[in-house]
Amino acid sequence: MDHFVDLTLSGLASGAVYAALALSLVIIYQATRLVNFAQPAIALIAVYTAATVAPLTGSYWVGFVAALTVGAAAGALVERFVVRPIARVSQLNGIIVTLGLLLVAQGGVGMIWGNEQHGFSYAFDFVGRPSPADVFALVSVAVVAALLFCLYRFTPLGLRMRAAAFRPEAARLSGVKVGLMLTTGWAISALIASLAGMLAGPPFISPNVFDIVFVYGITAAVVGGLDNPFGAIIGGLLVGLGMSYVSGYAGPELATLTALALVVLVLSVRPDGILSRPTARKV
Amino acid sequence: MSTSATEREPRAAESAPDRGRTPRRGWSDLPSPLRHLLFAALALAAVTGLLLVTGDLTALRMAAVGYTMLAVAGLQLLTGGSGQVSLGHGAFMMIGAYTMALLVLNLPMLPLAVNLVLVVAVAVVAGIAVGAATARLHGPYLAGATLILAVGLPGLTHRYHEVFGGSNGLTVHTAGAPPFLQGLVSDSEWKALVVWTAVVLALAVLATISTGRLGRRMRTVRDDETAAAMSGIPVGGTKVTAFVIASAAGGLAGGLQVYVLGTATPSMFTLALSLTLLAALVLGGIGSMWGALWAALAVVYLEIWLSDAVRAFDLSKDVENNLPIVLFGVLLILVLRFQPLGLHGILQRLRALLRRAR
Repeated sequence: MDHFVDLTLSGLASGAVYAALALSLVIIYQATRLVNFAQPAIALIAVYTAATVAPLTGSYWVGFVAALTVGAAAGALVERFVVRPIARVSQLNGIIVTLGLLLVAQGGVGMIWGNEQHGFSYAFDFVGRPSPADVFALVSVAVVAALLFCLYRFTPLGLRMRAAAFRPEAARLSGVKVGLMLTTGWAISALIASLAGMLAGPPFISPNVFDIVFVYGITAAVVGGLDNPFGAIIGGLLVGLGMSYVSGYAGPELATLTALALVVLVLSVRPDGILSRPTARKV
Repeated sequence: MSTSATEREPRAAESAPDRGRTPRRGWSDLPSPLRHLLFAALALAAVTGLLLVTGDLTALRMAAVGYTMLAVAGLQLLTGGSGQVSLGHGAFMMIGAYTMALLVLNLPMLPLAVNLVLVVAVAVVAGIAVGAATARLHGPYLAGATLILAVGLPGLTHRYHEVFGGSNGLTVHTAGAPPFLQGLVSDSEWKALVVWTAVVLALAVLATISTGRLGRRMRTVRDDETAAAMSGIPVGGTKVTAFVIASAAGGLAGGLQVYVLGTATPSMFTLALSLTLLAALVLGGIGSMWGALWAALAVVYLEIWLSDAVRAFDLSKDVENNLPIVLFGVLLILVLRFQPLGLHGILQRLRALLRRAR
């Protein structure tokens, strides 16, 4: 029973991370119909920034802020100067350019910091049940999700962003700067991905550290529906719990393939995720 | 090894008027399987010639070009042909590679040809399983699911350590040149020849499929699934078939890789491999089998040239290990930005210019 409680607690904490990543994917997908496979690259740049800045200044939190800032800036720049000119050609090109960015970022991080693992500290103590670090993960992701909800629902900026995503032409005619809104969306998404990276990175970071985390993040997003932020959060928590039980009881090597089975199972019943509505289309 | 149907049509149209009613006796009059087999024989002759004038090292590199090309060609049929983006093609190479290694280890009496056939059979079964499971996924969903496969499959080698050898993988010894050729060709040259024979045969099959009815159906499904369904094309079946053919090509490529290198480890089949294959496909030119050749040459030789260059400039180990992948990514982004049709697109434009100049 103890084992079960431990697995549930750690599953919820890692589920919060997957939910954050899934949320960041959904924000971009809603705005541009593009799954950003470069999201782990942004998280990678963020954690390595933190790992460099924190020892220099002696404070974890200076590194934390630096990581989120650099991550968000990277997201905005990449959208404006790399992804936008390419992704408008076709969906395939959009997917492939984000993969190219992932290759560049992983290789670039390896060139600067090396391929071997570096130690990376937690924000809080990681012992205890639930440990302060786990609580911090859950609370920070919940706060981010709430802020995001308020931003989209109650602010003029959120309204413009929704308009730009939903009907770009009409939004442009009403004076919304659609391009700027897309860049803002990417920056917010990159900020959340950076947060997820800061939560998922410890205790060790290496250029490939987020591959598995991203796999669960994308599982969560796909299961919840790429179109639905609430689905992303529910999906993230479900995947976190499920993977925690599978690794705890059956072995960690099987967790990834279980994620695949989960994706296939959910999507063959509901091709657009748990929470999405079916769409009609004219031929 | 032929170009796709869309490219051949203009040429046929051009030649039609000046030939009048007299039927044209020539290359394009042959039935397409025969034409592709002839082309395969020509390619094999060219490779043999190249092997005879070069050394052992080049032979191994040419073998690498061969199996990489086969893997990319399979992906070409899947992604360029039927429009399904697979980020897990490396997983099928891994299945082929481990099947080959296990066959050599456990059933050493089987000849190579039987092994390769069995490798293809296993890859087909795996392709049917994955393809049927993912047939309803489209676009980004399929990309996500295959990404998970590529990341998850290497984990199995650790889980079933006693069968797959964990992170050390499996090491096998494969026979070199047969006794009567000893002294005439070296072991590596023989292996390169065997690889290329299998590769050109498989490519002939792929090209025949791609230019035939099935290929046309795939392109219809790629362009518009609903319209394809309304014109009576079985959409699901076509997609699964494309997936199975691609995984068979990937599996055979993996099997050949083990035959040449004599080892299969999980670190050979990381996510980076799958991404590199897709990236190479785009670099080479999506939509044409020729693109696969340029792609394979790019994958094998870019890495070699880059590591040479890195050594010449005396850079650190970290830079040396990662520079190829960074440049590959940068090149990919630049090609997508300025030359979406890849190297093959550039060559085609050059050819068109030359023709106009004449």
